[in-house]
Amino acid sequence: MLTLIIALRNIYRNSRRSLTTLSTIALGAAAVTLFGAFITYIEYGVETGAVQETGHLQVFRKGYFDFGSAAPAAWGMNNYQAILTLIRQDPEMKSLTAVVTPVQSLNGIVGNAENNTSKTFFGTGFVPSERDRMKLWDEYGTGSQGLQNSGLSDSDLSGGISGIGLVRILGFCAQMKLNDCPAAPTVTDSGKDATPPPSVNLAELSGRDRDANSVTQSVAPTVDLLAATADGAPNVVGLQIRGVELQPAKELDDNYVGMNLGLAQNLIYGRGERKATGIIVQLKRTEDLQRARARLSHLFKEHGLDLEMRDFTQLNPQYTQIVNLFGTLFSFVSLLIVIVVVFTVSNAMSMSVVERTGEIGTMRAMGVLRRGIRRQFLVEGSLIGLLGATSGVALAYIAAYCVNHSLLTWTPPGRGAPVPLILYMSGAYGLIVITWTGLLVISSLASMLPANRAGRMTVVDALRHV
Amino acid sequence: MIIAADPERDFQAANHLTVAPVVTLSHVAKTYRAGSENVPALRDVSLSIRSRTFSVIVGPSGSGKTTLLNLIGCIDTPTVGTVAIRGQDVALLNDNALSEFRAQRVGFIFQNFSLIPVLSAWENIEYPLMLLGMPAAERRERTTRMLEAVGLTDKRGHRPNQLSGGQKQRVAIARALVKGPDFVLADEPTANLDSRTGADIISLMRRMQEEHSTTFIFSTHDDHLMAHADETFSICDGQVVDHVTRGGSC
Repeated sequence: MLTLIIALRNIYRNSRRSLTTLSTIALGAAAVTLFGAFITYIEYGVETGAVQETGHLQVFRKGYFDFGSAAPAAWGMNNYQAILTLIRQDPEMKSLTAVVTPVQSLNGIVGNAENNTSKTFFGTGFVPSERDRMKLWDEYGTGSQGLQNSGLSDSDLSGGISGIGLVRILGFCAQMKLNDCPAAPTVTDSGKDATPPPSVNLAELSGRDRDANSVTQSVAPTVDLLAATADGAPNVVGLQIRGVELQPAKELDDNYVGMNLGLAQNLIYGRGERKATGIIVQLKRTEDLQRARARLSHLFKEHGLDLEMRDFTQLNPQYTQIVNLFGTLFSFVSLLIVIVVVFTVSNAMSMSVVERTGEIGTMRAMGVLRRGIRRQFLVEGSLIGLLGATSGVALAYIAAYCVNHSLLTWTPPGRGAPVPLILYMSGAYGLIVITWTGLLVISSLASMLPANRAGRMTVVDALRHV
Repeated sequence: MIIAADPERDFQAANHLTVAPVVTLSHVAKTYRAGSENVPALRDVSLSIRSRTFSVIVGPSGSGKTTLLNLIGCIDTPTVGTVAIRGQDVALLNDNALSEFRAQRVGFIFQNFSLIPVLSAWENIEYPLMLLGMPAAERRERTTRMLEAVGLTDKRGHRPNQLSGGQKQRVAIARALVKGPDFVLADEPTANLDSRTGADIISLMRRMQEEHSTTFIFSTHDDHLMAHADETFSICDGQVVDHVTRGGSC
């Protein structure tokens, strides 16, 4: 107790030096905590985006993930309805899942007959209502929700959405009244002449298709989608672009077409058997991922289904990359702060030992053991660490409160739209405890060298010190 | 483990060992290393200091007074020879045992007072008792008594920087005596005080020595202090050149 009293009073006595040291630790603690809270938010934000798009798990025919993207039609699951039912009706999976929905991937060419423009596309067929429900998933309360309502309905097969880049390339910016979406520059005659004629007359094919489906005239721009069916024959459908969704990468934004699952199946399978390339499983909570995976494996094995599963980290490689990148940044920043704290505390305690050499001599002469002297300076260093780390965490909470209530937004990596900037302190409790404890331990360790030096002093030399 | 004050030991000292030496030095020499040279501070010093005396070590600067006090106070070790405190050869004690030995048996009064600056007068006096692990009630009682004895009851909450030089030295005297040590060492206790305050401090120490039946050993240049001495050891160039007891020369 006396050691603690002497330590506290010495900290107060050397108030300017203590304040400098304490502030360094506090700022370090606040920086680490806030950065950690920000990274937690990033991780949650990226995870939320990934889970909203691709679910926690996707089920495919075995081999599709590695080889199927070149020819999705050939990798369709012909019994996908039965698999859907199996998953949806399993009592354990029912309690874990938020959405279980089929998807059909497809590739092809999209054309605007009026402008005589065409382009390859990457498409996804989905059940609009279930996709909209997936977009509501926000387990961590990040507030990052995509286009909540795609504007498509399950019963309307003619509507779809696309990336803004694709709309721009096809020349629909003015028609769709999009901001930041310039019209294409005028192409000269010589340029026109140089363009080879399309091998397939999309306008003619699409006209036939539209007639067949009795599509009503609409103000939404209509494009033609050409793809090879599962049998290898070309097939064309018309699609009204009802909305746009900015995609996180330009490549994807320039190529993305989303549509009703039925339309995608019409395009890929024609009048043949309807299939789906994947089944998305979105869970209520990410922590149930392993449990769900194990249960699905069991179900597939039990029913003799030759399927594979991939989780959101595999489906979205950028998730792991982003988490690792920020993890590395965090480690680097933490290391710098640790170095600064070690030197600051060590320097402050060394100065204290030098200034109090006479006092050390007096205490030793009066019978204080070497370890008693050592303990005195260790306690002082630890107390400074304790006060600094505690102030730093408090400072971080104040700063986080200010930021979280400032209505700032930003566009996180892997996302197409800005989201509120939140420093996720409630998700960083573990980090806060580690930071607080770590700085306390580091301060104690940094005090060890000066404390040992104080303990090793001979009484006579210490008393002789002026 | 620090041993608490021993009433039986005090009783024996008071009734049977009043003339027995509390400190005995036999053929003690101390050499310091200064660069590549050995500098002798003490040479072949042998002396005994009797219990309950007011003993003074006098000599010019650099004569070895402080070295001699350091050896007696067990904060330094001789290069050769033996230092015995109440018959105990202190060379046989390791550093921890020596610290405990000092905590129990030796009181120090320093020229520059050497109070702990962050502790109040009360706490400075109480500090040696806390080192002995004395119960709080007894500490309180002893500290109160000591503060009264040195006339600083009204300054109990003052820190050293709020006290005058004389008051600081009074606190230092109280601190040295509060644990009832075998002897008190004072290295030029009046050197940093004006003559009047110095005289007061000398009177106080003499009175306290008599009241507590303790042995006081000083180093000094102060004639007033020498006049109070029961015995005086004159030291020159590291050797005891004269030993005078009150009433005659040895």
